[in-house]
Amino acid sequence: MNRRWPHTLSLLPLLAGLLLSACGSSHGANTITLYSGQHEQTTALLVARFEKQTGIKVELRSGDEAALGNQLLQEGANSPADVFYAENTPVLESLREHGLLAPVAPATLAAVPARYSSDRGEWVGVSARASALVYDSSKIGAGELPSSILELAQPRWRGKVGIAPSETDFQPLITAIIRQDGKAAAEAWLRGLQSNGKVYSANETLVTQVNDGESSIAPINTYYWYRMREELGAGAVHSKLHLLAAGDVGELIDVSGAAVLASSSHKPAAQRLLEFLVSEAAQQTIAHSHSYEYPLRPGIAAAPVLPPLSQIRPAPLTPADLGDGSAALMLEQNVGLL
Amino acid sequence: MSTLTPTGQIAVRVSRSWSERRRWPLVGAAGAAIAAALVLLPLAFLLVQAQQSGWGEVQRLLFRHSVAVLLWNTLRLTLACTAACAVLGVAAAWCVERTTLPGRRFWAVALVLPLGIPDFVVGFGWVSLEPGLHGYPAAVLVMTLSLYPLVYMPVGASLANIDSSLEEAARSLGLGPWQSFWRVTLRQIRPAVLGGCLLVTLALLAEYGAFEITQYQTFTVEIFTEFKLGFDTVAACVLALVLVLLSVAVLAGELALGGTRLAWHSGPGTRRPAPRVSLGRWSAPALAGLATLCALALGVPLGALVYWMARGSSTTLPSASILGALGHTAELSAAAAVLATALAVPVTTLAVRHRNRVTLLIERLAYLPMALPGLVVALGLVSFSVRYALALYQSSLELIAAYAILFLPLAVVVMRSAMAQAPPRLEEVGRSLGCGPAEAWLRITLPLIAPGLRAAFALVFISSATELTATLLLRPTGVNTLATQFWAYTSDFSYGAAAPYAALMVAISAVPAYLLSRRMAALGGERP
Repeated sequence: MNRRWPHTLSLLPLLAGLLLSACGSSHGANTITLYSGQHEQTTALLVARFEKQTGIKVELRSGDEAALGNQLLQEGANSPADVFYAENTPVLESLREHGLLAPVAPATLAAVPARYSSDRGEWVGVSARASALVYDSSKIGAGELPSSILELAQPRWRGKVGIAPSETDFQPLITAIIRQDGKAAAEAWLRGLQSNGKVYSANETLVTQVNDGESSIAPINTYYWYRMREELGAGAVHSKLHLLAAGDVGELIDVSGAAVLASSSHKPAAQRLLEFLVSEAAQQTIAHSHSYEYPLRPGIAAAPVLPPLSQIRPAPLTPADLGDGSAALMLEQNVGLL
Repeated sequence: MSTLTPTGQIAVRVSRSWSERRRWPLVGAAGAAIAAALVLLPLAFLLVQAQQSGWGEVQRLLFRHSVAVLLWNTLRLTLACTAACAVLGVAAAWCVERTTLPGRRFWAVALVLPLGIPDFVVGFGWVSLEPGLHGYPAAVLVMTLSLYPLVYMPVGASLANIDSSLEEAARSLGLGPWQSFWRVTLRQIRPAVLGGCLLVTLALLAEYGAFEITQYQTFTVEIFTEFKLGFDTVAACVLALVLVLLSVAVLAGELALGGTRLAWHSGPGTRRPAPRVSLGRWSAPALAGLATLCALALGVPLGALVYWMARGSSTTLPSASILGALGHTAELSAAAAVLATALAVPVTTLAVRHRNRVTLLIERLAYLPMALPGLVVALGLVSFSVRYALALYQSSLELIAAYAILFLPLAVVVMRSAMAQAPPRLEEVGRSLGCGPAEAWLRITLPLIAPGLRAAFALVFISSATELTATLLLRPTGVNTLATQFWAYTSDFSYGAAAPYAALMVAISAVPAYLLSRRMAALGGERP
């Protein structure tokens, strides 16, 4: 028997791994890497169009937005990423604060209304979602619905409210209330919600639970409800959406944006991807995908099932006002929701 | 060193003289060093991050009423689930390995499979069945059903490998069946039972599933909040250090309880398969128990998948992508399982046969990744490789290493009890008869620890096949696994499209579970 065999044996997995990794990707000059926290199906569609149009190859890495944000923070100057496409703006603001983003080309920023992009020009808004309330229409009549999100903290909603406070969509609501009415009011509102409701871990669970009658009413971004309806079929939907009163602090436009990394060594190609994302072709793709988001480029209509963006009268707050969400997070922690 | 049986004392004396005469085998020491280095990597990351934190922020985060509540939630969940998993795991393993119950091969596979089901599917299954499932009792129930295989697997492997002569001696000396189980069998499988409980405890400390499935908030929720909403790696790492401290306490406790105590075989090298017990009138209740366990742990989530597939409107899939994901999952998980098992052998060889402070410390260290959230381990690897090994960053090799780190504890627990059942004396006899060290190991020890190797491989394979967090961060660009595709579809509400991926995860987990059951049946003296 070969006496050296055990030595070889212990090296086998490493060798196998090395062989596997040798089949990994190699970067050409005309290839950029995109970290995307946006929905993979729509993003893949956009990337394919971009590659066809420009001849630039895109390595798409889809992942959980928050994990990608932390990954970019760890990678710092050595990041292989050229572009980051995020579902929400707080993560972009956080990367900007760490100096990891490069300025976006002025022409790209000009393609969408300035209020949807970084006030410092370091990321550009690509698409948006509206916040609303989802409610169990068998339990709550249209006349009883609140006109302001602040009402959900009132005692009459005890035991009826559902919230997903650990989801990224929840913090902008708190930030908005802090901005409008101050910290004390926001804290009181959170405490009211806490005693009125049930806590869920995910927006998908939250909207499904309202649809199933477990909770009666919940703040949610509208696209979760439309996606649920598409998946379940209209016959299985027992809930409705309710837009809050014009200008209400709970009526928010949550923006999804993209940025070029400061560490990118392919900045011209990366800028072209951003330019493409706000181009007519890409915005049409977003409008017609089943992600039910609003395109931000003027003149592109959203999916017909959605109430037109122009009909939504959001609170007068920009993504820059919403910031990185840290004040909201601290408040949630102080109250004990997180 | 304390031992339990007279034979153990003899064996220990032999092993001491053996180790005094010989240096640690070079291969073993090198392997253990690699394992220790891999495990220390995420820990070093934690410490480096935490050290950047200001005390004020730590104070604000840690000394809040809600943190006390979350820690209490974690502790009581861990205690109840570990106890429940121990009872279920040992009872199920005993029924499958030591009785004549019908359908043992089926049970042997079905009982392992809950490990291969993503938390999200479990959660959906339970929420569909019982929408009001909330709070502590629900969390205990659901987490026990997800985690008992961590006790079942090592105990099953240990029972299959048991030397029946001790039990027979006990019976011949007048002990009843219960007494002999309690005083002899249980002591022989004690490293496996304690090891399994250790895995459950550590897994629960870092478990996010309880929140995902039953909305029961534990301490890990706090860590994820800092990562997810605060983008504050430093704060998250400080909080994760609390988990490390808790784990150190648990690891010390298990050591004190005797999880690493030895139980050498006393008899000759050829062991007789232990006779199986006929349960008689207890057969029906035992079968009903196993059926209930499988229905709850496996049937509920599988029911959710069937429901999705039948109902979901988006089940049109290109078959190439699903096959590609299947292939990647199988390759990566198999490589990780080989690596983790290969690393567990030297770690446990040293800890069992060359027990001293250093080797025990390495063995204890190897468990720590289990109590760290996967994101911490993954970010630790990110941080290390972008600085010192950029060529390896986001390569298959790095992902395999990440799996091996994350799941090394599973392999170590199984190999520890396997190693304890393979006395070094036999290898020494081989040496005295003229075998070289390698040949003696291959011809004597390897066959003895083979059931452990298989069980370790299966456990790591199944866990890697469902891993998501590290996979998303470290996979080579363009490589999709079943877990990443499942995640991509469910986060898009396309449950119908996601269901086949989850079904394949369960199916692929069934392969090693099935092979394992065949081998165990063969060992148990049955036709495979």
